[in-house]
Amino acid sequence: MNRRINTPITRRGFLAGTAAVGVSLTLPKAFAADGKVNFYNWDTYIGENTIANFEKSSGIKVQYDLFADNDELFAKLKGGNPGYDLIVPTNDFVERMLDADMLLPLDHSKIPNIANIDPLFMDRNFDPGRAYSLPYMWGTIGIGYRKSAVDGVPDSWSHMYSSEQYAGKIALMSDATTVMQMALKSMGKSLNDWSDENIAAAEKMILAQKPNVAAFAGDNGQDLLLAGEVDLAMEWNGDILQAMDEDDDIGYVVPKEGGLLWEDTLCIPKGAENIENAHALINFLLDAEVGADIADFVYYATPNKAAKALMSDDYLNNPAIFPPESTTESSEISVFPGADTIRKIEDAWTRIKAG
Amino acid sequence: MSLEDYRQQPRVFAAFALPTLIWLLLFFIAPLAIIWLYSFGENISLVEIKTTWTFDNYARIFQPEILELLWRSLWIAGIATVVCLFIAYPIALVIATAHPNKKPWLLLLIMLPFWTNLLIRTYALLNILGTRGRLNDLLRWMWETSDALLNRIGLGHLELLGTSFTPLKMLGTPSGVIFGIVYVSLPFAILPIYSSLERLDKSFLEASLDLGAGQWKTFYHVLLPLTATGVVTAAIITFIPALGQFLTPDLLGRGQVDMIANVIERQFKRANDWPFGSALSLFLLYITFVLLAIRSFYDASKANRS
Repeated sequence: MNRRINTPITRRGFLAGTAAVGVSLTLPKAFAADGKVNFYNWDTYIGENTIANFEKSSGIKVQYDLFADNDELFAKLKGGNPGYDLIVPTNDFVERMLDADMLLPLDHSKIPNIANIDPLFMDRNFDPGRAYSLPYMWGTIGIGYRKSAVDGVPDSWSHMYSSEQYAGKIALMSDATTVMQMALKSMGKSLNDWSDENIAAAEKMILAQKPNVAAFAGDNGQDLLLAGEVDLAMEWNGDILQAMDEDDDIGYVVPKEGGLLWEDTLCIPKGAENIENAHALINFLLDAEVGADIADFVYYATPNKAAKALMSDDYLNNPAIFPPESTTESSEISVFPGADTIRKIEDAWTRIKAG
Repeated sequence: MSLEDYRQQPRVFAAFALPTLIWLLLFFIAPLAIIWLYSFGENISLVEIKTTWTFDNYARIFQPEILELLWRSLWIAGIATVVCLFIAYPIALVIATAHPNKKPWLLLLIMLPFWTNLLIRTYALLNILGTRGRLNDLLRWMWETSDALLNRIGLGHLELLGTSFTPLKMLGTPSGVIFGIVYVSLPFAILPIYSSLERLDKSFLEASLDLGAGQWKTFYHVLLPLTATGVVTAAIITFIPALGQFLTPDLLGRGQVDMIANVIERQFKRANDWPFGSALSLFLLYITFVLLAIRSFYDASKANRS
């Protein structure tokens, strides 16, 4: 489940050429034959028998391949689809891929199990009407904390961004976009409102708090928390869930101002040759029982309402998986703001680092 | 065929040099040329860069925050180099003057850290230097022991050591980063000094001592000048990699003590600004060239004198 580690918002795969060549060598056209589907997914991100069950029930052979992060996925497809029929990008990469015209529209009439999806997920700004992507799993960014070291539940970003209460015991992330976004949330602003004033305000806030921050942690906020080096860590929920597994004294909360919502999606990339089969596999993955089986194994939040109905209370009542409705309402999905804004954000981040 | 014959046999020389040259051309010159072209380029989309021969990327280096980070890299690398030289010289001296039987073993000890991956060694340092790390465990134990001792002899009420133990903060501070760089660079500083000490004709020292100069005078006026080449080499070989350190500030600095290489890394990954990243890394390369040029001038002037 640590695949969430180091999955920032704005990165670029830089091995496009070599990656594409490598894959075209290992994925000859023979796979394009009938009765096949090439599925490209994150590691440990599916039920143990999901693929085998699909092959049994449909007669379609699945060629299953894994990627480590969105960059790798983007890089492999950038130079032309090497033969994948179904991929699982995160929301902002869906946007990026749509920008670069890399996705095929989905035929909803071939995916009746769309009815199982919570209607909340059926209209997203990054893909209006879900024409190109369907939700697979989702999660949040919030605060992981050491219960015995904090005064009540630290359910506000102000603990991390504008208070000295936990000075020297705070770990922020090292990704400029995300850290600035949460600063915006702590000021009650939208995390997608990248006006110049907002960037300047977030920069000022983080600079002022910098002396109280123990670490801008790249991929190890949960480790610092476990080691007792910090008491508050801004992290992906999956990483903190892992830490909670090891240490009962660790909790997770999405602050009341809201955090970041991410969503991994099922998409068919341009150049796919088994489009029918890919639709069949998507429909299978969105089945109630199959969805429950997957959720039970990967322990991330499923957007599948029918699957949720079959899940245990342990899973459903885990606030690190499903934050209360009030927080999901105050939280937002990150929108890719475009290259110019990214440069402004990164420049502000350099000033923070130099200060 | 002896080694000198190569000079008379250019074709044989070429046959042996060619693979190296091709290697250099393909994997060093060519990538560097691409970076050089990028440094005059602009992003025209998420995935494409066009070389427009703009100097914009170089101009951006002179923003105050970039200069600040460059300055920080310079002084951190500078202090680390000086510390390295002060530690390395006595160690090199000990090895050079050790019994010939022991020399290989002492040199082996210097090389030993290289047998472990740098990343693992840096993580080990994290474990030692943390506020809950081994070093602070030791300091805490020392504090508690001395505090108990003071209480026993009736001085407890004075609270001479403070009311409680304050852990030493190393990670996320410049001193932690300097410590890490010194730790990594020390072997590189020791070896050139050692080799210049090895080549030294020991009779100079005997002459100096015989003629009435004291130990310090001999060291300062005879030994140090005669091994200056080794010291300069050690300084350069420590300073240049230290200037471009990425891993140490990233891990031991905890994102609080970024150096210039961390900015460069960000341009190639999250910031997706390869042209600026290229200009920055080439700028670092130019600094290196300047340092090496100074070194050549030094050697040349020394050769003239003698």
